Amino acid sequence: MNYEPVIGLEVHVQINTRTKAFTRAPYVFGAEPNTLADPVVMALPGALPVLNKEAVRQAVRAGLMLECKIAERCKWDRKNYFYPDSPKNYQISQYDQPICIGGAVEIELPGPSRNVMGAHRKVKLTRIHLEEDVGKLSHFGNASLVDFNRAGVALLEIVSEPDLYSIEEVFAYLNSLRQSLTAAGISDCDMEKGQMRCDANVSLRPKGTTTLGTRCEIKNLNSISGVRNAVQYEIKRQARALDKGEKIIQQTRRWDAEQGVTQPMRTKEDAHDYRYFPDPDLMPVVIAPEQVEKIAKTLPERPFDRQRRFMQQYDLPYTVTSVLCPTCALGDYFEQALEVYPKNPKGIANLIANDLLRELAAAGRPDEGALPVCQCKIKPAQLAELVKLTDDAVITRQSAKEVFAEMFAAGDDPMAIVERKALKQEKQDDGALEQIVRDALEANPKAVEQYKAGNEKAINAVKGAVMKATQGRANPQTVAELIGKLLS
Amino acid sequence: MSQPIYYKTLAELSRELEEKKVSSTEIAQAFIDRTQATDGKVNAFLHHDAHDLLAQAKRSDERRATGQALSPLDGLPIGIKDAICVAGQPLTCASKMLENYVSPYDAGAVERLKAAGMLPWGRLNLDEFAMGSSTENSAFKTTCNPWNLERIPGGSSGGSAAACAAGQAIATLGSDTGGSIRQPASHCGVVGMKPTYGLVSRYGLAAFASSLDQIGPMTRTVEDAALLLQQLVWHDRRDSTSLNHAAPDYRGALSQKRETPLRVGLPKEYFGEGLSDDVRKVVDNAIGFYKSQGAQMVEISLPHSSLGLAVYYIIAPAEASSNLARFDGIRYGHRAAKADDPVEIYYDSRAEGFGPEVKRRVILGTYVLSSGYYDAYYLRAQKVRSLIRQDFSDAFEKVDVILSPVTPTPAFKRGEKINNLLEMYLCDLYTIGVNLAGLPGISVPGGFSKDGLPVGIQLIGKPLAEAELLQTAHLFEQAHDFYNQHPAL
Amino acid sequence: MSESIDIDHVAQLARIRLSPEEKTAYAAQLGDILNFVRQLESVDVTGVEPTSHAFPVVNVLDDDEPSEPFTQAQALMNAPLARNGQIEVPKVVDEA
Ligand SMILES: [Mg+2]
Ligand SMILES: [Zn+2]
Repeated sequence: MNYEPVIGLEVHVQINTRTKAFTRAPYVFGAEPNTLADPVVMALPGALPVLNKEAVRQAVRAGLMLECKIAERCKWDRKNYFYPDSPKNYQISQYDQPICIGGAVEIELPGPSRNVMGAHRKVKLTRIHLEEDVGKLSHFGNASLVDFNRAGVALLEIVSEPDLYSIEEVFAYLNSLRQSLTAAGISDCDMEKGQMRCDANVSLRPKGTTTLGTRCEIKNLNSISGVRNAVQYEIKRQARALDKGEKIIQQTRRWDAEQGVTQPMRTKEDAHDYRYFPDPDLMPVVIAPEQVEKIAKTLPERPFDRQRRFMQQYDLPYTVTSVLCPTCALGDYFEQALEVYPKNPKGIANLIANDLLRELAAAGRPDEGALPVCQCKIKPAQLAELVKLTDDAVITRQSAKEVFAEMFAAGDDPMAIVERKALKQEKQDDGALEQIVRDALEANPKAVEQYKAGNEKAINAVKGAVMKATQGRANPQTVAELIGKLLS
Repeated sequence: MSQPIYYKTLAELSRELEEKKVSSTEIAQAFIDRTQATDGKVNAFLHHDAHDLLAQAKRSDERRATGQALSPLDGLPIGIKDAICVAGQPLTCASKMLENYVSPYDAGAVERLKAAGMLPWGRLNLDEFAMGSSTENSAFKTTCNPWNLERIPGGSSGGSAAACAAGQAIATLGSDTGGSIRQPASHCGVVGMKPTYGLVSRYGLAAFASSLDQIGPMTRTVEDAALLLQQLVWHDRRDSTSLNHAAPDYRGALSQKRETPLRVGLPKEYFGEGLSDDVRKVVDNAIGFYKSQGAQMVEISLPHSSLGLAVYYIIAPAEASSNLARFDGIRYGHRAAKADDPVEIYYDSRAEGFGPEVKRRVILGTYVLSSGYYDAYYLRAQKVRSLIRQDFSDAFEKVDVILSPVTPTPAFKRGEKINNLLEMYLCDLYTIGVNLAGLPGISVPGGFSKDGLPVGIQLIGKPLAEAELLQTAHLFEQAHDFYNQHPAL
Repeated sequence: MSESIDIDHVAQLARIRLSPEEKTAYAAQLGDILNFVRQLESVDVTGVEPTSHAFPVVNVLDDDEPSEPFTQAQALMNAPLARNGQIEVPKVVDEA
């Protein structure tokens, strides 16, 4: 039979705070094990939680980025369950009064080709709540080791409705979520660093029907490819089972990346009796509408909104905007450059999308990806200046490339480099240039002959010779004019 | 007549230190000697370190000699209930679970005492994790009532009350979840105060029932309670329930004259069936005293008070079941030897580490929170708790303080109630309402039973009315000489 | 609210191994206590807000300012078993 998969995602995202959600113990990635703990993190007798103001602020910002309603009042509940990575054996979370309600994540589906924008759709969110992370388990032979550095880190749990209908949508959803959250500086969403983790609820139903089938929850999907492969596998598994007339059993499954299969997890019958109750150690949070408004002012434009605006306002092609907009810093960079030189948005956008990104990629360390644009030595104003120098024909395009390389390496102003390297374009009325063109024509009789015979391209050999002789400083237009004049 | 050092008060010893009549080292030595001489009988201490106390005292004497005393209380030892953390000292909560645990940090209240230069002295016995009313639930020893060694000292802060009564400590810290300071204070003939919920930081108090727990002073006089409370009141940012309250001058308030006649409420529900003649007589005497002082006695009603026990025995175990989940044998505490799977570690460590009363309450609390029962038990109990709070605030429209018994009977014999759960729980009948409503309450020695056992009276105040409460208690105390009477040991 | 208690299930939720004797004893005692708390059923609580905190205030928040964490030695000073700066437990098998 032909099935339609229905997928809901629960995405956990670490919030970029300096300290943990309920204590002042610091958090940084990659510290020595158990060096970011305090009485609260280790759940020592007598330790008490205190809510981190910044975690709340960032949760509100996330809610606003994702079109949620911000709860006027929310509270903290204990989710009771035993696990060795859970210090208190309860997690402070939000049960029936989450901080953000509803919401939507705009996604873009793949278009007919890479340079055509795909269809957009909004995926519904159920809620976002704030909670704390657990420690990290690693396994060695017969033992497991627990590092509590990560325990207590502020997490957002972003819960979608079962409103995703294909692997492509899941992928687009995670991408969009990441772009929005990184744009706002709420999280780095680096799956490799465990900053973004995902559980997927997958069910199938016959195409064309609307009732939801029985779902399975796949836990701990910790990479994009893991999500893709696990969901793909699970869809196939369920389809096979349904085809055989089997019933899907609602269960929690684990993705085994090595074997490429999902497997039922050992599930105790008490697994879902979390005995939620309001945490008596923590007070509710009340957020006034004025406060929400104030926080809203700190948010960047949503990435897709920005892309639409860039296309409209600056007449940029889709392909360029889909390079500039997913990374907030890149779009910012573009607009900062544009402020200095508003005349040529396309020129600036192209220089960023092609040359700058290429150099940033090359400059990145192999294990860390491209160099972030904030660490680039070329400041937006300098990049704008370079485009302007080219547009004003102060330097040739050829020279511009040379200047750009120097700028990227040293961060010098483009004009300083032009002067230092004497790259200023020759004046058009310079007799010297005419002599060079004359010499080039004489040195390339064959090309001249072919040109005269009607092969216009043949004259490029002459132009090339002129450029070589002038070290690229001749204005190509002037050269063309001189050739025309001398051959007429 | 001159008392031996160990029966002097904080106020007296503070003065004598200031006047250089005595050194902190001499005081420390007096308590070390007294404890050595008497604790074989009383069994109030789970641990004490004479070396450490003398070292602390020496440092205090040095501070004082160079004019750098931290406060008038600098150099005075104070006993600590073994559920309150002191850095570098054991914290057992009288449980096998924490038999070898050493706290790496100080409780907020202990930080305050240390900031005043006071010297944490010993770890005092309690009912395991503060669950009990007799200190018989300690995993390590049974503390005896210094007035009659056959009798219980009350609980859960039984060690704190007994040590104070026996002159093994000038003053002690206890904690009170359902009466655990006031009830043992009453049984041992000392002053025990449970402050308004949130007035003293709970940070570093091993949690029993978070919404009810409160640390408070146990002393031999009301003045000492005022002195200690002054130091303990503090806004601790590490406790979200810690109140931001500027403490008035508690000691100064003791001698102030009231501007309006005192209105004393007598809740009729606290004088009903079950109240023993011994206790009744003591409370009647107190009523007579306040009348003689021109106080107005007002009969009041706390209509939902009979439900307090039921509410308490849902809320406290529920919170405890979650609070005690951290004792799992993983990061610290007792780990069962034979477990070869983390799940087995939980089952066996908790089976071996917890005593019967703790297990009972954890099981009960787990049950009332479990799927399908939450609304019927926990949520309903929280609603009735609101009614009980309302009762008190209605009553305080008419009266300034409430006077009542602390416990239905004087201290009972060891083993007498250990097998009768509900009867044991009834010990908390008159004290629980105060915790449920978050109010301040104090137990002051009120007299003796016909068997010569101390009996306290309870005064209950409005939220944050500690000054008024202490003043009222002080008035009674100074008109009697119970505080000058000590057990023969 | 009177019901027979599935003591095995509750003990499992609480992660406490109970002996058969304990099970019998606790089941009976819990029955008594639950019977005792039945009196709450008779109270009309319609429209009554539950009390979670004796003195409810809101927005108790702390600044995002790090303070000195434990050293690894402090963090592990009470650990029953530790290796490589981490708490050691028998191998954890996935459990949902
Ligand atoms: Mg979840
Ligand atoms: Zn979660």
